[in-house]
Amino acid sequence: MTQIKEKEGFADNLPQRHRSGGFWSRLFQISTGVGIVALIALLLNITNSAFGYVATENKIDPETLAINGIPLEQLHPIDLTYILEQNVSAGFFRAQNNEKPFEERTREEIYDLVIERVVEPEAAATWSLFDSLVHKDKINAEVAEKYPNAELSFQSWINGSFLLSPQSADPERAGVRTAVLGSLWVVTITLLFAFPMGVGAAIYLEEYAGDKWFNRLIQTNINNLAGVPSIIYGILGLAIFVRGMEPITSGAFLGPVDPTTANGRTILSAGLTLGLLILPLVIINAQEAIRAVPGSLRQASFGLGATKWQTIWHHVLPNAIPGILTGTILAVSRALGETAPLVVVGASTFITFDPTSPFSKFTTLPIQIYQWTSRPQDEFRNIAAAAIIVLLIILLSLNVVAVYLRNRYSQKI
Amino acid sequence: MQNSIDLRKKRRWGETLIQASLFIAGAFSILTTVGIVYELGKEAMNFFAQVSLWEYFTGADWNPQIDQFGIWALLNATLMTTFIAMLVALPIGLSISLYLSEYASHRARRTLKPILEVLAGIPTVVYGYFALTFMTPLLRGIFGRDVVDIYNTASAGIVIGILIIPMVSSMSEDALSAVPRALRAAAYGLGATKLETAVKVVLPAAISGIMAAFIVAISRAIGETMIVAVAAGAGSNFTFNPFEAAETMTGHIVRISGGDLSYDSIDYNSIFAIGLTLFFMTLSLNVISQRIVRKYREVYE
Repeated sequence: MTQIKEKEGFADNLPQRHRSGGFWSRLFQISTGVGIVALIALLLNITNSAFGYVATENKIDPETLAINGIPLEQLHPIDLTYILEQNVSAGFFRAQNNEKPFEERTREEIYDLVIERVVEPEAAATWSLFDSLVHKDKINAEVAEKYPNAELSFQSWINGSFLLSPQSADPERAGVRTAVLGSLWVVTITLLFAFPMGVGAAIYLEEYAGDKWFNRLIQTNINNLAGVPSIIYGILGLAIFVRGMEPITSGAFLGPVDPTTANGRTILSAGLTLGLLILPLVIINAQEAIRAVPGSLRQASFGLGATKWQTIWHHVLPNAIPGILTGTILAVSRALGETAPLVVVGASTFITFDPTSPFSKFTTLPIQIYQWTSRPQDEFRNIAAAAIIVLLIILLSLNVVAVYLRNRYSQKI
Repeated sequence: MQNSIDLRKKRRWGETLIQASLFIAGAFSILTTVGIVYELGKEAMNFFAQVSLWEYFTGADWNPQIDQFGIWALLNATLMTTFIAMLVALPIGLSISLYLSEYASHRARRTLKPILEVLAGIPTVVYGYFALTFMTPLLRGIFGRDVVDIYNTASAGIVIGILIIPMVSSMSEDALSAVPRALRAAAYGLGATKLETAVKVVLPAAISGIMAAFIVAISRAIGETMIVAVAAGAGSNFTFNPFEAAETMTGHIVRISGGDLSYDSIDYNSIFAIGLTLFFMTLSLNVISQRIVRKYREVYE
């Protein structure tokens, strides 16, 4: 009797167990969905700010600048120069003329200068992509009411002049040129330091190191360094590269230096700091790639009388290099996105000229994004979003290269 | 037979030189750690020459202008953002790992995993932008503008959580996938449902890996900088209200080192003291996580 009762209990229980199984499986699915929704929200949020309507107000209406009924766009360079002379301060006009005489300038150059200095278009209000698409009528009405003189146009904040212009205090004219060049300079230094150092360390650990306590210590240490927060590397860089090695990182050992970078807050310091930061990642990735090379290759090489280094150089490394490169590219994309250590090392807040040497002041794309995001004005949010898109495209293309390398060479051995 | 080959081992100086330089490259990482401990320690000593350890570790006010250096003002904000991040990342990350390893079809896994990897590859400053321009307005919309400040730890914490989800899910999934199929087959054979197999058999078998993932996630959240620098606010504030602005340890370092910091000022010294505190916190969490993996790993042969 008791046996049957238990069986009934068991059977009663079954639907409930399946119900809760179904419930939890749904919950796990939803959680996965949340992760994907977060990614979509992030991307949409950025796109939303990078495009949209802009109401531009001109300080002086271009139509009033027309001479003898000829509109501004069609005026002769001499007339444009005249307009400029009339409307800007004499000092500015002279400075411009000294920089490059107006007679030698093209019509477009003078026209741009007139627009920038005389007409002075300024964004009175901006709208997000979503609003621009959905509430177009409302925006039109609002502009007509609040900014009667403003012109409404749809703008992509990421455009040719944004990519090519240097930093500016005016969001309408600011660009990422200096920041992108700065990022490239810094990452080049990082790579020059971390790649040979990291691959060398990986070769030592995989090919030479025996199971001694010191080698185990190195390995544990590398694993721990990979978990140190990036800002700590920034503090280390500040103490060692910026302050301790100031004569080297400021370029003073090569002769007289630019007084603005004499404090060592240079591209070189930034690159080396990021080099320390990604070194553990490069080592760990390279170790995995070297470990994946079959031992039979080494034995065959030794068997033919090759020395240890000949074996590594001619047989192990050629087979491991795709993996090493993939890992290095991923580490470099980490370096490209780093912000905190560079703020601590002393990225410059405002540079308008291109970096020319490792001893120049620096700013990078993430630093620029951080600064623009911290500004309260809406337009800076818009260009921050545009800069984020530039950064994400660079990172995405690096990752595509990494995945391509991995797939291309992974089946070879 | 007279000029026979000399079979004795030849000393090759080139080889020795190469090995020596490779050894230096390997040992360089030790130098980095020594550098961190030495430099941070040295400047922190200068700091503690002016501020007593007791004040530093017990004070709840951090106002360098009036010589108040109590780490709890900053540490509390760090713990708040970390706690909020864990509330988001641990349940969602664990659920995703269970879904991917136990439920998802091969195809679903192949598409979902790269998407999560993309999430992990986005720079943190972008997440900071996301926190400020999306999460904060969202929170203010839900709870009201009077309740939620423009800068607040809740928004920063939630977004740190989102940032960490892929890390938790991929580490946990590795642990779950390492559990042998035979255990699942045995559970099914005894009549367990899919959920019971996953939660009562597979999960306990992988618990060491999952715990390790959780601890590494906490360490990562504590060290996270840009999200809090952008979204959590400036100025120390000892509060337990997640909707108020409060500066974390990392956020404080970024803010005061952003300007041209003069050496040998107490501000300069203080970032090293905070950095050292941060370093030991994350280091001990990482060491604990490695210990757990090594000690409690179930070995199946």
